Amino acid sequence: MTATQAALDRVTRVPGVRGALVISAADGLVVAEQLMDGVDGRAAAALTGSLVGRLGRTAESAGLRPPAFIHLRADAGGVLAAPGPDDLVLVAVVAPDANLGLARLEMLEAAGRLG
Amino acid sequence: MTDDIRALTDRLADEPGSLAFLELADALRRRGQLDAAYKVARGGISRYPGLADAHDLMARVLSDQGDLAGAFDAWSTSLQLDPMRTSALKGIAFLYFRAGDRNAALTHLERALEADPDDLTIPQAIARLGSEPRPTAVAEPSGAEQEQPAASPVPSDRHGAQNGAAPERAPAAGVFGTVEGGDEGLLLVDAQGLRLAGRLNGTDGDAAGDRVAAQLAGVSREAARAARLLGLGSWQTIAVESPDAHLVLAQPSADAVLLARREPSLPLGRVTLLAERAARAARGWLENGA
Repeated sequence: MTATQAALDRVTRVPGVRGALVISAADGLVVAEQLMDGVDGRAAAALTGSLVGRLGRTAESAGLRPPAFIHLRADAGGVLAAPGPDDLVLVAVVAPDANLGLARLEMLEAAGRLG
Repeated sequence: MTDDIRALTDRLADEPGSLAFLELADALRRRGQLDAAYKVARGGISRYPGLADAHDLMARVLSDQGDLAGAFDAWSTSLQLDPMRTSALKGIAFLYFRAGDRNAALTHLERALEADPDDLTIPQAIARLGSEPRPTAVAEPSGAEQEQPAASPVPSDRHGAQNGAAPERAPAAGVFGTVEGGDEGLLLVDAQGLRLAGRLNGTDGDAAGDRVAAQLAGVSREAARAARLLGLGSWQTIAVESPDAHLVLAQPSADAVLLARREPSLPLGRVTLLAERAARAARGWLENGA
């Protein structure tokens, strides 16, 4: 099993995670994915990649080091993103009742092993 | 083929699933290569049928091609996906005006004004609707006009601000008076990336705040698009963990973004609560006419 597949397995085992994918931040393309039906991986990759890039520039403008973790919270769930090495980002789409604390820990651990 | 179009073409060829088609089609359109722009935009829509940006772009291409009915349909689709999209509202207003229906044009401009009260081109276009005999009162929403305000019949304060002119609204004090820490580490930003209130803590607080504000322009729209296309509804907050600080974004209104920054020693959940309190304070300030 590759590091990427292992990362996706870890994250998708967390209760409430509807899917996970590894994307290339620079171009918003899917590198690998494990998604439930109804989750559009291409859209998730393109839009999350763009948002992560914008937030990274925001942090840089504030004199901060790049984000280690991002959580977009919405009415019906959320998107989690953990940038890793080689411009890769581990992304998870979560339901409103997801265990966010566990998902965050798993993603931070798994993102560090990407690449 | 110019270098920028060549680079965008190469990028899209390498990554056909990326959003590079938006830039490429618009670059082609601005250079008058409308057939090529149309093909690129059509390919993008086939991949991202739920992306309002793609339909908005297609509408501009079709408008430039003279296919006004097609442009109307594309802007309508864009509005279905993003009802607050001012470029589409202005585009449809322009088309109604071209067709001689001033009332419908006015209705759409008023909706655009509700969506973006800071876009000064809109009230000016509304004012000119009653006096201009030919269809130039409503600024045509072509990219060339949007991006070259000097050529626009409707002056745009937004672009003036980007060019270094003083923003219409100066940063205000006391917006966050009831929030822990006051204005320090809180930033209220409008949709054009202008700082409305607050300051970031740091060695060059106001300058850093202005730089961050500029980066935050459009983040609300981008977050809204991501949440909607993923079936998540409306976005509430965005929490960003950096080794140096915790940042939380909230949305006091459709056109403004609130940023709270605190030291990483403060738990992120508390920073989120702080951001939500500050957003409520900012909402009250904005609703009371700032």
